[in-house]
Order: sequence, then C-alpha cells, then structure tokens
Amino acid sequence: MSLNRLLPVLALVASLAFAVAACGSDDNESGASTGGESSAEGLSGSIRIDGSSTVLPFAEAAGELFNEENPDVKITVGSSGTGGGFEKFCAGETDISDASRPIKDDEEAPICKKNGVSYREVQVANDGIAVVTNPNLKVDCLTVDQLKKVWEPKSKVASLTDVDPSLPDAELALFGPGTDSGTFDFFTDEINGEEGASREDYQASEDDNQLVTGVEGSEGGMGYFGFSYYEQQQDKLNLVGVGESADSCVKPSKETIQDGSYSPLSRPLFMYPSAKAMARPEVKAFMDFTVENQQVIAEASQIVPLTEEQASEAKTSLGGN
Amino acid sequence: MAEPRLAASSGAQGVRVDLARTPTARSRFEGGIRVALFAAAALSVVVTLLIVGSLLFETIEFLGEVPVGDYLFGTKWSPTFAGEQQSFGVLPLVWGTIYLTLIALAVAVPLGLLCAVYLSEYAPTRVRKVVKPVLEVLAGVPTIVFGYFALTFFTPDVLQGALGIGVGVFNGLSAGIIMGLLVLPTIASVAEDAMSAVPASLREGAFGLGASKLQVSLRIVFPAALSGIVAALILGASRAIGETVLVLVAGGQTPNLGVNPTESYQTMAAFIAAQARGDIPTGSVEFLTIFAVGFTLFAMTLLLNALSIRLVRRYRQVYE
Amino acid sequence: MTGAQIAAAARRQTTVIPRASRGDTWAGRLFQVLMFGAVGLAFLGLGAIIYDFARDGAAVVTWEFVTRFPSRVVPDRAGIQSAIVGTIYLMLICAALVIPLGVMTAVYLEEYADSRRWYNRLIEVNIQNLAGVPSVVYGILGLAFIVRGPLGMGPVLLAGGITLTLLVLPVVIIVAREAIRAVPSSIREGSLALGATHWQTIWKQVLPGSIAGIATGVILALSRAIGETAPLLVVGAGVSLRFNPEGLDSSFTALPIQIFAWTQDPNQAFVARAAGAICVLMVILLAMNSVAIWLRNRYEQKW
Repeated sequence: MSLNRLLPVLALVASLAFAVAACGSDDNESGASTGGESSAEGLSGSIRIDGSSTVLPFAEAAGELFNEENPDVKITVGSSGTGGGFEKFCAGETDISDASRPIKDDEEAPICKKNGVSYREVQVANDGIAVVTNPNLKVDCLTVDQLKKVWEPKSKVASLTDVDPSLPDAELALFGPGTDSGTFDFFTDEINGEEGASREDYQASEDDNQLVTGVEGSEGGMGYFGFSYYEQQQDKLNLVGVGESADSCVKPSKETIQDGSYSPLSRPLFMYPSAKAMARPEVKAFMDFTVENQQVIAEASQIVPLTEEQASEAKTSLGGN
Repeated sequence: MAEPRLAASSGAQGVRVDLARTPTARSRFEGGIRVALFAAAALSVVVTLLIVGSLLFETIEFLGEVPVGDYLFGTKWSPTFAGEQQSFGVLPLVWGTIYLTLIALAVAVPLGLLCAVYLSEYAPTRVRKVVKPVLEVLAGVPTIVFGYFALTFFTPDVLQGALGIGVGVFNGLSAGIIMGLLVLPTIASVAEDAMSAVPASLREGAFGLGASKLQVSLRIVFPAALSGIVAALILGASRAIGETVLVLVAGGQTPNLGVNPTESYQTMAAFIAAQARGDIPTGSVEFLTIFAVGFTLFAMTLLLNALSIRLVRRYRQVYE
Repeated sequence: MTGAQIAAAARRQTTVIPRASRGDTWAGRLFQVLMFGAVGLAFLGLGAIIYDFARDGAAVVTWEFVTRFPSRVVPDRAGIQSAIVGTIYLMLICAALVIPLGVMTAVYLEEYADSRRWYNRLIEVNIQNLAGVPSVVYGILGLAFIVRGPLGMGPVLLAGGITLTLLVLPVVIIVAREAIRAVPSSIREGSLALGATHWQTIWKQVLPGSIAGIATGVILALSRAIGETAPLLVVGAGVSLRFNPEGLDSSFTALPIQIFAWTQDPNQAFVARAAGAICVLMVILLAMNSVAIWLRNRYEQKW
C-alpha cells in the first residue's frame, strides 16, 4: 500500500481506537478498603482541591477511596504549590486548599478575608525533610549547628571535615530544592534561622527526583528534600540523622516524624476547606471521611499519618463548634 | 458576478467599454469579507494588549519596590533569598536566555537548513514524503521529554561519558544542544516549504545555463526562498527563547552571568514557570517578579522582532 | 532605451552563474557530505530521544493503561483515560479555533493589507512577537482574562482550549502567510483578468494553492499545543481526575500534565508509567499529523 493510502487508514484506526477508549468502560476497581462506615450514599457534585505537591498524594488517595462509596462525586486535584493553592483558594476558585505550612497571617489570610473566604485549618498528616548523602559518604549524624555551618549564607564549607574533623573528607556536591519551593523555605527557616537564608552555590532543581539522582551520582553528594523521596529510593542513599546535639540524633522515619522526635525538620500537612464549600454535603462528607480515615489514606499514599491526639484535634477543628 | 453595464461605442480608437460601478450584493459581500478578515487580524493586537495588561500593572507595582536601575542593570538575581542576599538584578536571567538560545540556534540553524535543502532539492519524492512528516511528528514530542533526555542521557552518557567533558548535572551546554534538537524540526520544515515553493522554472533556467546542483541550491533557490527561510529561523529562535520546561528540568535553577557552558543557567521563561508553581505568597515582591520578568521578556522579543522584520523587508525578493 | 542601456540594466539584475569548475565539484561533494551528515545527526538525536522513552514506556502501555483512571492507591493500576480524553478535546477545540482565525489573519495580511499603513505593520510585528512569548505567559493571560476577569469561565476545558489556541495562533499565521505568498502572482492576475473578484480569487485559487503550506502550519501548531504543560497548569488544569471532562465547562486534565506530575512523584512506579503516557501521547500526535499530512500530500502544488 502506498504511503498516501496508508496515512488516512492509520489516522482512522488511531482515532477509532481512542474513541473506543474514551467512551469505553470506566474503571471502577480500586485496591484498599476503608475502615470507616460509608456515610450518605448517592452523593453527587464536584470538589476542587489544589495546593501543595507534598499533600497531593494524600489528597488523591483520599479522593479515590471516597469515590469507592460515592462514585458520582467528581474530585479534581491540582498541584499549584502551597502559595499558588492559597491564591486560588482566596479567589474563591477552589473548595479545599492543600498546604505544607500554615496560611500566612500577614500576606495570605488578609486576601481571603477581603474576598470573604472563611475557612478551617485541619491538620491531615505529617511530613519530614530528609538529609541524605551519597552512600560512599558515610555520615550518621549531623547536629543542627553542623548543618547550619554547611548550608548558611556565604558558607565556605567544602568538605564535612571543615565542620568536624572526624567526619569523612570528601569534596561536597550540594543539592537542594529550588528557592521558590516550600521545602527550601522550611529548611532554611529551621536550620539557618531565617526563611530564604542559604548559601547560593548548590545545585537546585524543581524535581526532587533529580536531586536523588544528583546525590546518588556524585561522590560527595549531599542534599535535602521531602522524606517520601528518600523513602522511595532508600537503597540509593545514605540517611543522615539530625538532632540538636550529637547524642540526640534521630533518623527520620514514619514513627519519629509522627511523634515529633525527628526534630526540627518535621512539619504538619494541612487541608483548608472553605466555609462556603463545607455547606455542600459532598464536601462535608469528603472532609469527614478524610479525617476519619486518615490513617488508611496516609498509608495508601505513603505519607506519615497523624497521631491519635492529632487525629482527634483534626476532628474538632473540622467539626467546628 | 457584478453586472457590468456595457456602454459600447466604436470609433477611431476601437471599442470603448464603460464598466459602471453600482454597489451590488457581491461588492458588499467583498467588503464584509474584508472587515471580517481585518477583525481576525486585529485579534492578535488584542491578545498583545491583554498580555501587556496582565503583566503591566504588577510590573509597575514591582518597580515601586525595586528601583528600575537595580532591576535592569543589577548582576545578581536572587529574589527568594532572605535579607542581604536578596537581589533583583535581572541581567543573569536575560543573559541565560540569550546564551542558551544562541547555543540552540548554533545547532538547529545549520542542521535544519541543511536538512531543508536536502529535502527540497536532493531527496527523491518518496524519501521526502516520509522524512518530512517524521520531522514534524518530532516537533510534537513534549518538551519535558527533551528535558529528561538531556538530564538523564545526554549529560551523563554523552557529555560526561563519551565526550568526557566535565559538566555539572545541570548545565547550559546540554540544555542548549537539546533545545537545538527541539527547534530543528520547526526550522527544517518551514524552510523546506519555502524552498519547495520556488518555481521550477527558476531552477530549470539555471540548470539550462549550466549551473551545478550546488549552485542552483545555494545561489538560486536559497535567495528566492529567503523570506520563508528567515521566517523559519525567527520561528525557531522564538521557540527557543520562550522554551520553559526543557530548561527547567535540565538547565538547573541557578542564574548565571558567566560563559562557562558546563555550569547551570536559568532563563527568564524557566524562572517564571518555577516561580509560578512555587510556594510564594501572593502579593509579595517575590511573587511580583513573575510579572516583571514576563514583561521584560516580552519587551525584549518585541524589539528583536521589530528589527528582524525590518531586515527581512529589505532583502526579500519577489519572484514572478 | 538603447541596446547598451538595456544590456546594462540586465546585467545589474542578473546573477552571474560561473561555469562549474573543478573546485565547484569538490564543493558540491563536500556539501552533499555535510547535508547527509546533518540529516543523519538530526535523525540520530531525535531517534535516541524516541528510543529512550519508547523503551521505558512500551512495557507500560496496555489496554488497561489506556482505559483506566489514575490511581494513587494502586500505582500499578493507574491509567490515563481522563488525560487522553482531555488532550483530544483540547486539540479539537484548538484546531476548530486556530484554523479559521489563523487563515483569516494570514489572508488579510497577504491579500488585503497595505503594508505601508502603520496599523498593518503593527499587526505584523505583533504576530511575530507573540510567537516568542513563553507559554507560561499565555497561561498567565488565560488565568487573568479567560478563567477570571471578563470571560470568567473558571478553570474549565474551554478556557484551556482557548489559551492553547492563542499560544499557537502565531505559528499558523506566520506559516500560512508564507504559503499564501508562495502562490505566484500570475495565478492571481490570471484569475482577476478572467473577471473574478478579489475574494473569489482567494477562495478558489490562492487558498487551494496554499493548502499544503497551511497544513504544515497547522501541524506544527497542534504539535506544539499537544505537548504544552505550563500554561495549562497555570490556567488550572487538574493533575489527577478520575472522570472524563463532560463538556466545555468541566474540569479537565491532559497528558502532558499527567506526565509532568508522574515524573516528579516520589513513587517510582509512577515515574515508570510516565514513559507509557508519553508513548500514548506520541501515538495521538501521529494520528493527528497523519490526517494533516494526507491533506497536504493530496493538495500539494508544484508551481
């Protein structure tokens, strides 16, 4: 068949294939089951969630599990970043905002207030920042002070021996998140004392997966990023414990992040439903479901769940008074 | 069809025909078409105004907090660092954009034009019918694929591995070269169209005069198609200047005013994309940088384009 | 004019073609080598890219992958149905808008506009400039004026489609203009001489004669649009939808966005599936292009 004849046939077949796919059977299967009882059946409507990319897996899993019992509720999850999420939230465009930090009282909350968007702050999970090095650069523990010496503005530390002579002597190749990311803000705030204060000569990336590649591929690689990125690729990295002093070093894990012993690099994850959205039954049901089943959802999305105490607090802040 | 009223009179100078002009349905239709077409064209101006509108106010607000001189002539770009380290000099971003675009064009222009000449002048029709569509499909590969290709294959395996160049994980050379690959199909395809459209009579005339194939390609077809070729180059350059995701993934996020291609660079477009998705509180001066840089980029390309149109008009040849 | 004057004028206007010398044959051979080298290099580079994701993705693309919805809970069962449908709808909207707008603008600029008028020159510069505006700025534009602002339709499918249309419109206009310009003026003049009006000439002679070039422009434009991530993200496309967009005013997602989100996910199973999504995207692109290429081959004109 000549090329000329073949092309329209190709096009037709391809379009047919996709038409079938598009109109084809929906996927109704899913994996885990939830512990909680199903609330109202036959709920319909739509929910818009947007915000932090750290909370994204949690929100997605929550939506998916919620859909098992309420398949007619259409949940859209976005990932515009914590700041971007709040911007859309305070403009009234989203129902729930995901955040890896509390809403800023001086910059963001006033905008919400001005637009008449009132909300509840609900902690839904926990997260930690992992400090890692290349497997060949064996460091077990770094104190906050030592970390600060490496990462502070104008730092000239080129090898860990500059910080402590007993540490391995390899030339450091530093990797970290971009300066616009929440992880950067959080790390610099906790370690260097001021949000945004950091040495400038490190390799920055939008994509934490690439930071893993970078650290793994450089002899003296050292970096920091979200705990789940470490957890998913632990065989490639050496995890460094962090503590205020040498004997209080703790390595991040689900348990230590959850109970707060991994400090100071643990942080809470939030969802902010707007009051207007909560007036809709499907949103209320979704939030109730999420808080009730947060343990299962967190496990399904490989996020660190809440403690018992935090869970009951969440129910209170959601239930209102 | 308009009904010409014929008033014929014969005389010493032959037949004279008067075509009277009455407004007919036809001519009103033609007028209507003209208006509709103008409206479509004017849409582009509307879009530009909207872009300027969506950028300008925040830019002015930004310049209220950061002096214009610091912004335009400062050599350090670190808006999201704290305190003393914070600096708003946009030059490193401008330079990063120009530098990477130049690298990309250095790859895409020679390769693209050579491909175009081959496809239009030398390739047998069957080859052309296959190669040209393949090139165009490649123009549709999402740019993120190019970015990850640069990061996970080109840098470690080709640059560091095969060629042994000591580049960093994120570097300008890799981003620039792969961006050239990205832009190549556009340049090749549009230039090839332009060259194919040159009337055969021109080529045949030259062959008839004893010119070699090379001479015909370079000295007859190329100049005749120049307007289209320049359009191809401009489209390619525009694409490179505005490319966002590729640089974001492979170029790193470090603004850099140097010329060492083994270091990482940041372009204006990549900065905007990163910042827009980042965790910056709305209304802060760091957030306003998105609009200021966007506006700067827009103004820069406007100047470049005005210049290039002038140049093209001067050298365009009209055949037939 | 005297014979000498005519000859002098002719000399000024002609290109002197020297007879092929030996140096020329070498130059010719060298040029051929360069050319083949260029084509070879281009294909090598682009082939490597395709191979890279095809190898990773081929294993992932199954019927289930194409028909399932994304899943966070069971990554191995995550699918891309919503993303595929979103992308196809976006392309349909984009094509429906960009073809008439682009061709109309190109026709105006080439056939009607007096390029000495300032407003026509302004339009020209404008269009060329718009081709270089980064896609994320179109996203900001879409967010400010289509999702919010005067049109205020919210982060819905139509908003995404219009934003993409504006993004690629300059490409169509620029290429269509070249195609229209390439139609020899003898064709136009002949048509007018036979009594056709301006528009009839355009509609019956010029446009059919430039379909091939216009098709190229549309192909390039849609190819660009299908892979765009940044503007859709800014406009508010979702990252994970477990339903297909129901209409123009529905939330939506698209393949590039799904790919982007999956490659940045900590869970490596998703990173692997991103390659599969890329393969599917390429197949859709191929199908789209095939239609346009068939059109082009059928209507191509050699003057």
